[in-house]
Amino acid sequence: MPTRIDYDAKIPNNVELSDNRRLQRALEGWQPKFMNWWAEMGPALETQGVYLRTAVSVGREGWAHFDHVVPQDYRWGIFLSERDPDRRIAFGEHRGEPAWQQVPGEYRADLQRLIVIQGDTEPASVEQQKLLGLTAPSLYDLRNLFQVNVEEGRHLWAMVYLLHAYFGKEGREEAEALLYRNSGSPDTPRILGAFNEETADWLAFYMFTYFTDRDGKYQLGTLKESAFDPLSRTCEFMLKEEAHHMFVGTTGVDRVVTRSAELIREHDTMDIASHGGIPLDLIQRYLNFHYTVSLDLFGSETSTNAANYYTSGLKGRWMETRRKDDHQLTDDAATLEKPQPDGTWTTEEMQKILLLNLDLRGEYIADCESGVKRWNKILGDAGIDFRFRLPHPGFNRKVGINSGHHITPDGTIVDEATWERGRKHWLPSDEDLTFVRSLMHPVYERGKIASWVAPPRQGINGKPFDYEYVYL
Amino acid sequence: MTTVSFDRRPEDYRHWRLRVEPPLAWLEMDVDENGGLVDGYELKLNSYDLGVDIELYDAVQRLRFEHPEVRAVILTSAKDKVFCAGANIRMLAGSPHEWKVNFCKFTNETRNGIEDATENSGQIYLAAVNGTCAGGGYEIALACEKILLVDDNSSTVALPEVPLLGVLPGTGGLTRVTDKRRVRKDRADVFATRPDGVKGRTAVDWRLVDELVPRQDFRQVVEQRARELAARSTRPEDATGITLEPLDREVTDERITYPNVTAELDRDTGVVTITVRGPRADGWLLAMTRELDDLILRLRTNEPELGTWVLRTEGDPDAVLAAEREVLTGTDWLSNEILHYYKRTLKRLDVTSRSLIALIEPGSCFAGVLLELALACDRQYMLDGPPIDDEDSDERACVVLSDANFGAFPMGNGLSRLESRFYGEHDHLDWLKRERDRRLSAGEAVELGLVTEAPDDIDWEDEIRIVLEGRAALSPDALTGMEANHRFVGPETIETKIFGRLTAWQNWIFTRPNASGPDGALRRYGTGQKATFDRKRV
Repeated sequence: MPTRIDYDAKIPNNVELSDNRRLQRALEGWQPKFMNWWAEMGPALETQGVYLRTAVSVGREGWAHFDHVVPQDYRWGIFLSERDPDRRIAFGEHRGEPAWQQVPGEYRADLQRLIVIQGDTEPASVEQQKLLGLTAPSLYDLRNLFQVNVEEGRHLWAMVYLLHAYFGKEGREEAEALLYRNSGSPDTPRILGAFNEETADWLAFYMFTYFTDRDGKYQLGTLKESAFDPLSRTCEFMLKEEAHHMFVGTTGVDRVVTRSAELIREHDTMDIASHGGIPLDLIQRYLNFHYTVSLDLFGSETSTNAANYYTSGLKGRWMETRRKDDHQLTDDAATLEKPQPDGTWTTEEMQKILLLNLDLRGEYIADCESGVKRWNKILGDAGIDFRFRLPHPGFNRKVGINSGHHITPDGTIVDEATWERGRKHWLPSDEDLTFVRSLMHPVYERGKIASWVAPPRQGINGKPFDYEYVYL
Repeated sequence: MTTVSFDRRPEDYRHWRLRVEPPLAWLEMDVDENGGLVDGYELKLNSYDLGVDIELYDAVQRLRFEHPEVRAVILTSAKDKVFCAGANIRMLAGSPHEWKVNFCKFTNETRNGIEDATENSGQIYLAAVNGTCAGGGYEIALACEKILLVDDNSSTVALPEVPLLGVLPGTGGLTRVTDKRRVRKDRADVFATRPDGVKGRTAVDWRLVDELVPRQDFRQVVEQRARELAARSTRPEDATGITLEPLDREVTDERITYPNVTAELDRDTGVVTITVRGPRADGWLLAMTRELDDLILRLRTNEPELGTWVLRTEGDPDAVLAAEREVLTGTDWLSNEILHYYKRTLKRLDVTSRSLIALIEPGSCFAGVLLELALACDRQYMLDGPPIDDEDSDERACVVLSDANFGAFPMGNGLSRLESRFYGEHDHLDWLKRERDRRLSAGEAVELGLVTEAPDDIDWEDEIRIVLEGRAALSPDALTGMEANHRFVGPETIETKIFGRLTAWQNWIFTRPNASGPDGALRRYGTGQKATFDRKRV
């Protein structure tokens, strides 16, 4: 029986909030603070209505209801996937025991920390994207931006619900702190580095939603395996919404590449900057940057924290239940490639349980490859020889065993001076950023689109591209 | 086992940066991950091992002697987002038991040194906690007069040993939290069972830190607070420091020799004979103290099987008294520093887990400051007769009490060694006071209770041999426990609590299977597997 979401309540939910007065009061106390945060840190562009998708139930069908909504009137709430009453823990030392419906005291601090870190990333991207509405290339894109933003806001609600419902006073304090840290703030920055970077232009936004939101997908995927059932169910539902963000990224980069390919064919030159397009090598540099910053989000290749979380049952592997091993990993080995000061790579065999971050990152990299293939197909179909590629995972890293080494996109270990000389070929330079920014003029007219990006193949929910997605 | 040297120079520090900007000094922790004293662990996140703390000790020491112009010291981290993650757990897991305990002892002596500089030298320490601060990292901050915590909504202070590790958090941190900072005991309990620690307003409300400072203003506010502390300082204006030159030391397998101190190592009997020579040149007290300090540290760290230390002196008692008078009556900053340095060195002896035996013979100079060495010992033997190798000589052993023995060099319990020896016996102490500044014979020393025995020249050699052999036959652990009990009579202080617990609890908890067994906390740490605890409470 699919649980309907109660939109009549002050806080829409499918967790029978009205039966829990204490929790309801706590969340109703947080709600105005969230609204203040949205007003202050949310989208800078004001609109009269955006054609948004809103979940009405958490079942297969119910999460896609479309209508024009003024963003600040969006009904953020708490939606958990259906509960499987027979769910059992799939890994670690509690494997086979029933999933926990309450936080075990022993793991309270660890679980809280995991939820706080996940929660901290959600509103961060809203903050990072605050100004993008002012330079949207079309109403369609503007609508997608708002869709992403309101859902990131809801993901924050999802984590805040867990903090309020299961972690007492401390949880409520942490929930409040999520609103007081702000992306890029010199005083109280977001916890993870990537969420303090600027998302200054739309190419960056597409890259962010492709690469960084995809990290989110994998992190949520591991939390979905958690023995703590409410966390698992929350993440399962978030994953559905996350899929759309990645759709924005995938098709966004698609459309930029498509437009660049058109301009290359039209003018018979790779140098399309003067024709209002984004050159392919510049797109590659953006890709390099966003990909490597996102790799940092996976943490160190070796991690005892991740191992501890796994053993305790707090955080599993991607698709844990489909893995064919003992789900303990203490006796399994895996190899780790390490850069050496003499410029060579060595491999070290280690206990698999210590390399869980690497395992997850491997899944992620394989997924990222699929996008690159897609974009290359566009180039191939247009008869252009240029090919995008993911840089070596050691390139431009600030976290883990590769940080402190100077590794080129093809995986060669070089000295600092050589690397610095290559930097402008590999990563967006100030000129690149200035150029891309110079293209960012808003196009708010129905059916029109900016010069540097192709229109989408399909509109939203069967609507045409020239539909009035946003009332300005 | 690595032989550890305690020689350091600021220009060669691997883990710290010392910057002097009078009246302030910045002491920034920047631990080199690959700079561990022993192989087998990486010093991640500003975690430390003995080598890191030796440099800290050196810096604290040099600031006192070489930089009288410094009135406040800012202790902070050069790393982003982390102040200090505490003692390196892999190092602890890989270390033998005595190394662990010795390490904890040394780090606490360094922290006491920081507190001593703040209290007695007008060099006031301020901890600028600019990121995560856990375990021993917080203990370093606790040693400072004030703790400023960056208010970035994520940095915390924590003592996570209980919930994260399952070993003793009582290496000084807990005691300083309750006794020094007067954190309420229920809150201390909550604090010490939270793996993630406490941040922000709560940390201030609970007195775990003194002030929160916004991230952007951090450096500026820290400097301002340090200047305010500096203004309170009693440190002299316009004084010039002295240079602590490298020690002149010669080491062989049987002997460690300095100009004023010699140690003879007898591995067969497990005895070290330490001879301290009386003054022969100016600046003797400081020179001798530095040598003795270095020797104590080297023996403690590198020679755990030499369980008995015999302390001797050689020289002229009058010269000792003259040298001590200069320092004791001196009103200058340097005299003050020397006095407190000698005090700290004696305290090091007090907490050393070795049997300490003083031999007072003709030609010795156990007068005043050097008599403190004998009083620090577990037993004192005084030869009542001529020198053993010259029975025709008129020379006789003597001891001399002076002002130095009545409060100038308090022990960790806050009492002088004489007050500890004659605890609560005020009349006896008054009597001793009246016997100051004259040579006391063996007979008088026995009568006054200053020595354990005074054998004559016929019995001396046999008597001493039997004492030393008998000592060596006893259980070293039992001796450690017994000595630590006897040495600290009377009131508890923060120091006696810390060192008492290091001696007793740590000896116990660190060797329990829950910590050191194959499935214990230290072995399992970092493997991703949980420790298995024997659930019985003992």
